[in-house]
Amino acid sequence: MGLLQPESGLLFWMCLAFGVVLFLLCKFGFPIILRSIEERKEYIDSSLEEAGKARQETMHLKEQGRQVMEEAQAQRWKILEDTRAEQEKVAGEMRQKAQQEAAAIIENARAEAQAQKEAILRQANEHIVTLAVAVAQKMLRQQLQDTKAQAELAGRILKEMDDKQN
Amino acid sequence: MEFFRSINKRILALAAMVLLVFFCVVPAGASSGGEGEDVVVKDIVLEHINDSYEWHIGKFWGKHVAIPLPVILYTKEKGLVCFSSSHLHGGHQYNGFAIAQEGDYAGKVVEILPCGSQIRPLDFSITKTVAGLLVNSAIVVLMILGAARYYRRNGKVDSQAPKGWAGLVEMLVESLVDGVIKPCVGPRYRKFAPYLLTAFTFIFVNNIMGIIPIFPAGTNITGNIAATLVLAVATFLVTNLYGTKHYWKEVLWPDVPLWLKAPLPIMPAIEIIGLFTKPFALMIRLFANIMAGHSVILILTCIVFVTVKMGAAVNASMSAVSIFLGIFMNCLELLVAFLQAYVFTMLSSVFIGMAQEGGEHH
Repeated sequence: MGLLQPESGLLFWMCLAFGVVLFLLCKFGFPIILRSIEERKEYIDSSLEEAGKARQETMHLKEQGRQVMEEAQAQRWKILEDTRAEQEKVAGEMRQKAQQEAAAIIENARAEAQAQKEAILRQANEHIVTLAVAVAQKMLRQQLQDTKAQAELAGRILKEMDDKQN
Repeated sequence: MEFFRSINKRILALAAMVLLVFFCVVPAGASSGGEGEDVVVKDIVLEHINDSYEWHIGKFWGKHVAIPLPVILYTKEKGLVCFSSSHLHGGHQYNGFAIAQEGDYAGKVVEILPCGSQIRPLDFSITKTVAGLLVNSAIVVLMILGAARYYRRNGKVDSQAPKGWAGLVEMLVESLVDGVIKPCVGPRYRKFAPYLLTAFTFIFVNNIMGIIPIFPAGTNITGNIAATLVLAVATFLVTNLYGTKHYWKEVLWPDVPLWLKAPLPIMPAIEIIGLFTKPFALMIRLFANIMAGHSVILILTCIVFVTVKMGAAVNASMSAVSIFLGIFMNCLELLVAFLQAYVFTMLSSVFIGMAQEGGEHH
């Protein structure tokens, strides 16, 4: 059974060769490769994570932008609405004011007309008084001539006054 | 249609190969058939599998070409003796040493005492297997250190992933670490990964070099029990030297009913035997697989020479069979070369992982 009997010389050389290989590879070979692979893996992982974060941030910013836009839109609508309401209010006020003014003018005019009317009436009254005084003077001039004639005269005067007035 | 065309091509290629074999072998058979040499397959196979003191490269133009290797011996009287194996070629004696032709030490260098008896000195010769081992070890070291040099030069984390050789090594390392070492060893895999990867690379390169039949390769190392013994002992040492308290408690005082461990320590005895059977299985598995593979390939190749005497027709057809089976076996051995390295690494990982269990609680 030569095949199953380990040869001492070969054992010695195998120990030596495998020992040296093991030492060299465990010292200078595999740890560097393993570390590099590990580091690269971590780097890729962290990069992916960062990329994910950045993407999320971008989404967030986009969302924010959209919100800002929406707010601006809403504000615009509000401003437009406000303006229209203001306009309407102002227009209404103006109309009211105009109406009021018109009413005031009419009132004034009416008052003036009244005042003029009154003045005219006062004038007329004064006139009448003057006429009455004049009539009375004339009547007084023909005093005591005739009662009948006085009445006649008074009637005539009044008639005259009537005519005159008309 | 495409399928049939490719099938046709393959059949044509096969037929061409068969014809080629016929043309090559028939004259050879015709010329050497007359010599009447008996081919003893067993001797040829054993000669290729066993060790020798010179590295036989081949027979060119009728001459054997072999590289003589240094013979290093140690005896009590003569001390350390070192000489070229060419002095022993052809059964010559040199300085009282010769290669024994028969007996217990057949094929080994023995010291022939004046009384005619033979004793075997301590033999540290650089035999063919040792020389191949050294060549393959150098290849392993160059392979991995060559790849490691890339990382030493491009050490930055954000540098590109390696290409070429370093990329290939990285692919291998990464697949082994992620596929075998990490799941089998557990959380403390980092400490053991270099050993396991070294074992894998060493076995794999030696397996592959064993299949390649041309000069610097072609030595049978992982099919040699001494080599697999050293590898198995290495795994045994790594497993048990780094074993946790929990692991030793499981071995010496396992969690079984009391009568199984005291007064007769039945379970501890079984566990302790188990410590040794695991690396023993590793040793035998690798050795037997590689040795058997080499034997089968050699036997299939021998068909060509065995059938020479049976006439040209039989010889030619059997040669074709031999070559086809040989190609098939070589492909299979290529698979086995990887598979056995992989299995050795995986089982070592599992053993180490078992010895690391419960370690995280301490």
